[in-house]
Amino acid sequence: MLSSIGSSLLFINILLGITIILFSLQNLNDGKNLINKKIYHICVFQNTLIIICFFTLVSAFIFSDFSLITVYQNSHSLKPIFYKITGTWGNHEGSLLLWVIILTIFSFFFLLYNKDHPKKYRIYTLIIQNILIIGFLLFLLFSSNPFSIISPTPKEGLGLNPILQDPALAIHPPLLYIGFVGSSIYFSAAIASLLTGYSGKLFALSIKNWVLISWSFQTLGILTGSIWAYYELGWGGFWFWDPVENASLLPWFAMTALIHSLIVLEKRNLFYFWTIILCLLTFILSVTGTFLVRSGILNSVHTFANDPARGLNILIFLTLMILFSVLLLFKKFKSNNYNLNSNSKETFILVNNWFMMFYLITVLLGTVYPIFTEVLNNSKISVGPPFYNSVIIPILILFLFFMSIGPQAKWIKNQFNNLKLLAIILTGGIIINFLIIYFFKSHNILSSFIIISSLFLIISSLKDTIELIENKNFNFARVISHIAFGFLILSIGLNYNFSLEKDFNLKLGETQKFKSYLIKFESLQLKDFKNYKAVIGEFKISNSQNNSELFLNPEIRIYENPSTLTYEASIRSGLLKDYYITMSNIDRSDYYNIKFQKKPFMIWIWISVIFISLGGFLRVFKNASKNY
Amino acid sequence: MQVKIIKLLIVSIIIFIIGVFFISLDKNTSYDTKGLEGQILKNIKLEHFKENKFITEKYLKKNDFTLINFWASWCGPCRLEHPFLLKLKNEKNLKLIGVNFKDKKNSAINFLNDHGDPYHELAKDEFGKYSINFGIYGIPESILVNKNLVIIKKFIGPISENDYIYIKETIKK
Repeated sequence: MLSSIGSSLLFINILLGITIILFSLQNLNDGKNLINKKIYHICVFQNTLIIICFFTLVSAFIFSDFSLITVYQNSHSLKPIFYKITGTWGNHEGSLLLWVIILTIFSFFFLLYNKDHPKKYRIYTLIIQNILIIGFLLFLLFSSNPFSIISPTPKEGLGLNPILQDPALAIHPPLLYIGFVGSSIYFSAAIASLLTGYSGKLFALSIKNWVLISWSFQTLGILTGSIWAYYELGWGGFWFWDPVENASLLPWFAMTALIHSLIVLEKRNLFYFWTIILCLLTFILSVTGTFLVRSGILNSVHTFANDPARGLNILIFLTLMILFSVLLLFKKFKSNNYNLNSNSKETFILVNNWFMMFYLITVLLGTVYPIFTEVLNNSKISVGPPFYNSVIIPILILFLFFMSIGPQAKWIKNQFNNLKLLAIILTGGIIINFLIIYFFKSHNILSSFIIISSLFLIISSLKDTIELIENKNFNFARVISHIAFGFLILSIGLNYNFSLEKDFNLKLGETQKFKSYLIKFESLQLKDFKNYKAVIGEFKISNSQNNSELFLNPEIRIYENPSTLTYEASIRSGLLKDYYITMSNIDRSDYYNIKFQKKPFMIWIWISVIFISLGGFLRVFKNASKNY
Repeated sequence: MQVKIIKLLIVSIIIFIIGVFFISLDKNTSYDTKGLEGQILKNIKLEHFKENKFITEKYLKKNDFTLINFWASWCGPCRLEHPFLLKLKNEKNLKLIGVNFKDKKNSAINFLNDHGDPYHELAKDEFGKYSINFGIYGIPESILVNKNLVIIKKFIGPISENDYIYIKETIKK
């Protein structure tokens, strides 16, 4: 029943997409300046149906309709209702449906909120976006249909992987999807812009908010994934340079570059083609990431759909998309000679873009390099954190310096204000760095540079904030994001350098000494929960330095459906540091393996990222209130 | 002219990348079996089922051929291949090692009592950890190894009549 409703809704949506394209083409030549009301109506209808379709799947999950393969494979009747619902997008098919919904909704809102822009440009955007929608619907319907049925109907489902049953992970996919699927709309707009010749400042204005929205959500999406990895994967790290994480980071770099180049396009009408390239690149990278992850050619933690047949379909789609956009770009490309002053704002924004491209290429290379060596050389290698750290960190220092100086520059002019003040700020940063070294009693050159450059960025952005307030200009978006970025790098640097970690085996009642800490294994108990049993340990951590005590309770969880063991870290977060403990059982022994970690400034990493994206949202609100 | 070369270059890079992606799609499906055959097994360490010892390379080197069979009592298809394994037990040049995969000890013993025990040595892999080194991703699977620890053939799924004949002929040579 639900299956046939769902499948037919998907099919009708394809027809609606085609109808929109046909109507739009017809509407182009009717000589009027307004878009036909009919098109709006069909778009509303299209949105309604796809949302109903989504809720059909959600209800199949809620009511545990195991006649659907997707539900059977990813749900279980005893699962808490919250995870039944979030299970809808915790799998390949459901998440692709979410993907299509975002394509559709963005398509409609872009049409709705760009009434000031020419009809031809809007119609073309709508057509391109609907081609994307139809493409993904076809893919959904024929190779990943979430409404496929299984016969005979199983009595019970296989259950959702327990490590995915987690609040951070429940909101992670939607956030991330709004980010990188949202980038489809400026892909379409960029193509429309090339086709219609609608360029320059006005084009920048039409997509600005969409870029900001997708960028902010992308940032939050990456954050939730990272938080989840921190407390769920059990070794205290928050970024693994896993191919999937990289796949989410690649479009982020492109978007960040795009946000900045759009400012130049808007203010100075420069870099038009470069901006177009970035628009195209962002969505292409999003689809490439999806291809890499879903086809299974890269191994990673997101292994829910290793199906080469699906991979082939995405690859064909990707190829068509890339070739079409590249050929169109070649056809329309006109080389421009820019006359930039070397110390003008334009130049610095261009420098930002170079850095972003550098990071993008580095991460892209690291991610796909193993695929290339395997195909060309038949050797299996893996590219890990050492590569990324050694390439990215030194360049990051330079980047932070430019990021501090850049905003001080003026448009067009070749001059700097306040060079002296900047020198003072830099000296301040260096002094604080020495204080940090003094207090933590450890240092290395690279981390000192990271700390100095991030402090330089934070203080010079703070100085900007004060100037903004003095000028009664309350547009804080940029400074918030920049300061937060400085804090992010600073906290990561401190965290990376001053974390303590100890691995040991303990029996119940035993005590382990580590630096100034005494870790005592106090008790162990077994508890029953709704969908799992848990062995909960209690550890007393006493610090002889300040006579403080705290208790941590790591767990080993035994899930029944599917039967899996998971190790839950116990974390005490504080403003200055996190204490982190995990425990795992050792076969045929009374000993437990304990991992104890002290991680300074952990919480500031999360807070910084939230503020980075907040900057993006603020700018959107500001723009919206200006325009309407 | 210069512009044309750049354009051509960009398009060829894109086609190259997509080509590599395309090939790797194909590679992945057949990777597990084809990659293993012809390779030499290294660092073998299998926990013995009953005794407190490990089965290592030394044991494999003593035999002309060894068939390592991954099985479990809960696995339906394992029952299908069982008669062939029992027949293979009597071959002169061949020893059989069973690896009891993610199983309960009692169920495994009952299974062998009911259906017969084809194995010269029996190992266990309670958590499926050791089997990873053999490229096992589902059971039953079996690996035929010669004296020099070269993997001659990997059988995915139950051993069939044809596989049985293949093994018999291989070990006669």
